[in-house]
Amino acid sequence: MGLGSLASRALRSSSSSRVLSSNPRYNLIRTIVSTPELHKPEAAAESASEPDLPKRTPVAGARVHFPNPDDVIEVFVDGYPVKIPKGMTVLQACSVAGVDIPRFCYHDRLSIAGNCRMCLVEVEKSPKPVASCAMPALPGMKIKTDTPIAKKAREGVMEFLLMNHPLDCPICDQGGECDLQDQSMAFGSDRGRFTETKRSVVDKNLGPLVKTVMTRCIQCTRCVRFASEIAGVQDLGMLGRGSGEEIGTYVEKLMTSELSGNVIDICPVGALTSKPFAFKARNWELKGTETIDVTDAVGSNIRIDSRGPEVMRIVPRLNEDINEEWISDKTRFCYDGLKRQRLSDPMIRGPDGQFKPVSWRDALAVVAEVIHQVKPEEIVGVAGKLSDAESMMSLKDFLNRIGSNNIWCEGNGNNIDADLRSGYLMNTTISGLEKADCFLLIGTQPRVEAAMVNARIRKTVRATQAKVGYIGPPTDFNYSHDHLGTTPETLTAILENRHPFSATLSTAKHPAIIVGAGIFHRQDTSAILSLLHSLSAKFPNLVTPEWNGLNVLLLNAAQAAALDLGLVPESNTGMESAKFVYLMGADDTELDALPKDAFVVYQGHHGDKGVYRANVIFPSTVFSEKEGTYENTEGCVQQTVPAVPTVGDAREDWKIIRALSEVCGVRLPYDTITGVRSRIKNVAPNLLKVDEREPAVFSGLLKPEGNGKVSAAPFGVTVENFYMTDAITRASKIMAQCSSLLTKK
Amino acid sequence: MLARLASKRLLEIRQAFRQSPQTTRSLSTALNYHIDTPDNNPNVPWEFNEANKPKVKEILSHYPSNYKQSAVIPLLDLAQQQHGGWLPVSAMDAVAKVVEVAPIRVYEVATFYSMFNRAKVGKYHLLVCGTTPCMIRGSREIEDALLKHLGVKRNEVTKDGLFSVGEMECMGSCVNAPMITVADYSNGAEGYTYNYYEDLTPKRVVEIVEALKRGEKPPHGTQNPERINCGPAGGNTTLLGEPKPPPCRDLDAC
Ligand code: SF4
Ligand code: FES
Ligand code: FES
Repeated sequence: MGLGSLASRALRSSSSSRVLSSNPRYNLIRTIVSTPELHKPEAAAESASEPDLPKRTPVAGARVHFPNPDDVIEVFVDGYPVKIPKGMTVLQACSVAGVDIPRFCYHDRLSIAGNCRMCLVEVEKSPKPVASCAMPALPGMKIKTDTPIAKKAREGVMEFLLMNHPLDCPICDQGGECDLQDQSMAFGSDRGRFTETKRSVVDKNLGPLVKTVMTRCIQCTRCVRFASEIAGVQDLGMLGRGSGEEIGTYVEKLMTSELSGNVIDICPVGALTSKPFAFKARNWELKGTETIDVTDAVGSNIRIDSRGPEVMRIVPRLNEDINEEWISDKTRFCYDGLKRQRLSDPMIRGPDGQFKPVSWRDALAVVAEVIHQVKPEEIVGVAGKLSDAESMMSLKDFLNRIGSNNIWCEGNGNNIDADLRSGYLMNTTISGLEKADCFLLIGTQPRVEAAMVNARIRKTVRATQAKVGYIGPPTDFNYSHDHLGTTPETLTAILENRHPFSATLSTAKHPAIIVGAGIFHRQDTSAILSLLHSLSAKFPNLVTPEWNGLNVLLLNAAQAAALDLGLVPESNTGMESAKFVYLMGADDTELDALPKDAFVVYQGHHGDKGVYRANVIFPSTVFSEKEGTYENTEGCVQQTVPAVPTVGDAREDWKIIRALSEVCGVRLPYDTITGVRSRIKNVAPNLLKVDEREPAVFSGLLKPEGNGKVSAAPFGVTVENFYMTDAITRASKIMAQCSSLLTKK
Repeated sequence: MLARLASKRLLEIRQAFRQSPQTTRSLSTALNYHIDTPDNNPNVPWEFNEANKPKVKEILSHYPSNYKQSAVIPLLDLAQQQHGGWLPVSAMDAVAKVVEVAPIRVYEVATFYSMFNRAKVGKYHLLVCGTTPCMIRGSREIEDALLKHLGVKRNEVTKDGLFSVGEMECMGSCVNAPMITVADYSNGAEGYTYNYYEDLTPKRVVEIVEALKRGEKPPHGTQNPERINCGPAGGNTTLLGEPKPPPCRDLDAC
C-alpha cells in the first residue's frame, strides 16, 4: 500500500499544492486523496463503527443538489456514509465523499465513455473491480477506493497505458500538468515489462492551433466527445481497433471549430498540445494571473500565463455562469498580438507625414493647444471596443469639461437608447439560456459574435431539443435551426401570426429572443426594438416575473459599460462637422466623413487602423497590462488584472486623459484608479460590484417613441472574420494564420 | 560485465525478433487514415446503383427511423459488394448520407472491421491469422512464405490483380492453427465467400495459392490429411465408447 499512497501524498503536499494555490483551475487536478487512517486496519474498523467521523470535504468543492428529496440514496465510501441523489455515478459519489478517483476518460461536461478503466474501485459483493465513472451508485453500496484490489487494478491499467506510451515527458509540452504523469506517480511502476517495440502513430494535422503527437494518445476519446458534443464539429473519430487504434479525421481535414483550442486542455496527456506554445515554456516557470478576456462581449474568465514581461499563453478559468471551462480560440490564441505592432512612444506626425517620437510633455502640449483652438461642439470622442470603464469615464468627463458631449463607443451606433439597461443587456443571462426551450436569433450569428454564448445555446439545444429560429443572412450553425428569413419583415410576420414560428413561440414556456448588436447600426433600430416590444406583449411567456427572454447580444467588451456610463452621442452628425477627434483605441470607426483639416488624436496600444489618420499618438496599455473594469453582455462586471509590465512609455488610458486634462486646464478631480471608480459610482454604481451581475431594474423594453418604419433591408453580417475583430487580434500572427486557413472563402 | 553481456544478448534476441517481417504498413487497408489516390478520393462520385437502391430501403426498414445509423454495417457491406470488394472513401460518404450521420462516424466503423477493405484488394484476398495461437504455431512463416511467393508487401495487390495478403485477428479456428482465410471475389463481389484453410505449412499455403491461380478451388478446412475437421490427428483418442455416467450421481434417480 505504501509506495503509491506515499507518492500521492508527496505529490499533494509539494508540487500540486503549489499549483493548487496559484491557480484554482487546477483544483481539478486529479491527485489521489489518501486517508491514512484507513491504511491501518484497526483504524478502518474503528471508523466503520464510530458514527461521527471526521468531516471530509468534497473534492473541488463538489456540491450536491437534491432536485427531489425522495431521490436521496445513501452509499458508503470507504465506510463514510454519504447522501447523494439517485442517478449519480459511483465516481461522483466518491467525490462528494471527498475521495478523488483517478481518471482519464471521464470528464464532467462530456458524456461517459468508460474506456480507460483508471477509475476502478472495489464494490462490496461485486466479483470484479468496477469502473466507477460508468457505474450508477445504488442504495447502500459499499464502495472501497483504497483497498489492495483497487490499487492493484489501477496499477494494472496504468501498466497497460504506459506500454505503448512513448514516455517522452522531457520533450513533452504537457509535462508538469499531465494527468498521466501525475497518476503514474501514484500507480505507475518504475520499469515496464514490455520488451516489444512500441507502436508508432502518424501525427495528424489538425490546423494551426492544435499540435498532435499521436503516440502519446491513450485513447480516452475525450477529444472526440468534445468535438462532437460541445464544439459540434463531427470531424474527429476513433479509427481502427486494438493496438492500432488511433484518433484522427480519416480524410485530411483541419479542425474548423471556434472552440478547437479546448481539446488541448481536456487531453489528459500530451497528445494534443498548443501549436503556438510548443516548446516555448515549461508550465512551472509561468506566472498565472487570473483575469478576463476582452476580445468579445462575453468576458470569459482566463488565466494569463506569463514569463517575465511576456505573455506565454492564455488558458480558461472555470466560471459556470459565463464560459464554464471553455474559451474560444480567439481568446486563447490572440496573445501573440499583445506583443506585436505595439505603440511604445508618444508620437507626432510631422509636416512630411512621418511620425516622430516625442516626449509625453510635448505631445500633450500640442494636443492641448489644438483643443483650445476648436469650438467645443466640433470635438468628438470615440471610445474603442476594448476600452475599460475607467478610461471611458474619464474620457467622458474630460470632453464634458471642455464643453462637448459628442462621445460614443464603437459598436453602439449613434441612435441607441441607453436609458434602460434591459434594452441592451442579455437579460436571460448566459447560464440562464440553458432554461430556454425556444430561441429566436435576430440578426445575430452567435457562433462568430460570441462563441461561448453559442456554446450555451448548443448545449441547450442538444439537451432539450429546443427549437431555434434564425432571421438573418445565411450562416453556419452547429446546431439544427430554422432559417426563417433575412429581413425584419419576417419579424413582423411572426408578430402578426402569419408565420409558423409564432406558434412555436407561443407554446414555449421559456422563449428567448436574442438580437444582435448589429441592429444598432441600422437606421431602423428603434422600429425593430419596438417590434420586439410588441412581441413581448403578444407572447406573455417572453417576459414574466421570473423569466426575461429579451436579449441583446453585444459584440464588444466595452459596449455595455459604455452604455451604463451614458456614452451616447448627442447628435447624429458627429463626424462630418468635427474638427478635433479623440480616438481612444477606436480602430473601426468610419473616418471618411471627417473633414480633411480635422485633427485626430489616437490613443491606443496597437498601430492599427486608427493610426492612419492620426496626427498625434498616445501609447496606452492593453488589457493584460492594466487594471480595468469591464461589463459583459449579460451585465456581469469583472476586472482585468495586470499580468505583465507594459511596453515602452505607454500609460494606462485614464491616466493619459487625466494628464491631458491638466495640460488643457480642466483638471479631472481624480488621481488614482480608486478615484476614478468613486466617480463611476456616481454614474453607474453597478460597475463597482465586481464579479456580480446586476440585473436590469426594469425588465422588458420600453416602447421606443418615434416608432419609425421598419426598413426592408436584410440583416447584415456583423463579424466578417471571427479571428480578426480588434486591434489585438489583427496584430496576431496566429489569428492571421487561422483566418487564412480556417475561414470559409 | 555480466550485465553488459546480458544486455548484449537481450539486444541480439530482440534483433532476431525484429527480423521477422515488421512489414511496412504501406497501403491503406491497414492504415487508419486515408490517402487520396486517383481512384479513391472524396471527389469521386459514388452512389448506390439502381439494383441496390431497393436493397438499401429494405435494410433501412429493419431499423426504427430514428436509429437509422444502425444500418451502417449492412449498408457498408452492400456498398463493398457493389464496388468490387472494396470501399472507396466516397462510398463511405454515400453511406453516411443514407444513414444521416457525419462521415467520420462511418469511417470509424469501416476502420474497425477488417472485413471492410478500404483499398483495392486482389481477387483472392488472403488473410493470415496473426493472433497468439496461430502465431505460436507459425503464422509468421506462413505470411513470409506468401509474401515471398507472391512478391508483394502486405496489403499490396499482385500485378495480375489476383492476390493480396492481409492480416486478421483470431477467426476462431485456433484448434487447427495456423490458418488463413481466403476472401474469394472470383465470382464477383456479390457471390464472395470466405474460405478457411487450416493446419497450414509454408509449403502447403504456396500450393493453395498456385491452385487458386490455376482457377481450381482447393478443398478448404484442415489441410492435414490425418484430421477430420478439428478432430485429433489420426482419429479420436478419447470418448471412444459410450460415456460412463458420473460415478458420484445416480442419473436415473433424477
Ligand atoms: S488525443 Fe488526448 S484527448 Fe484525444 S483520445 Fe488521445 S489522449 Fe484522449
Ligand atoms: S474514468 Fe472511468 S473508465 Fe475512464
Ligand atoms: S488464433 Fe488464429 S484462428 Fe484463433
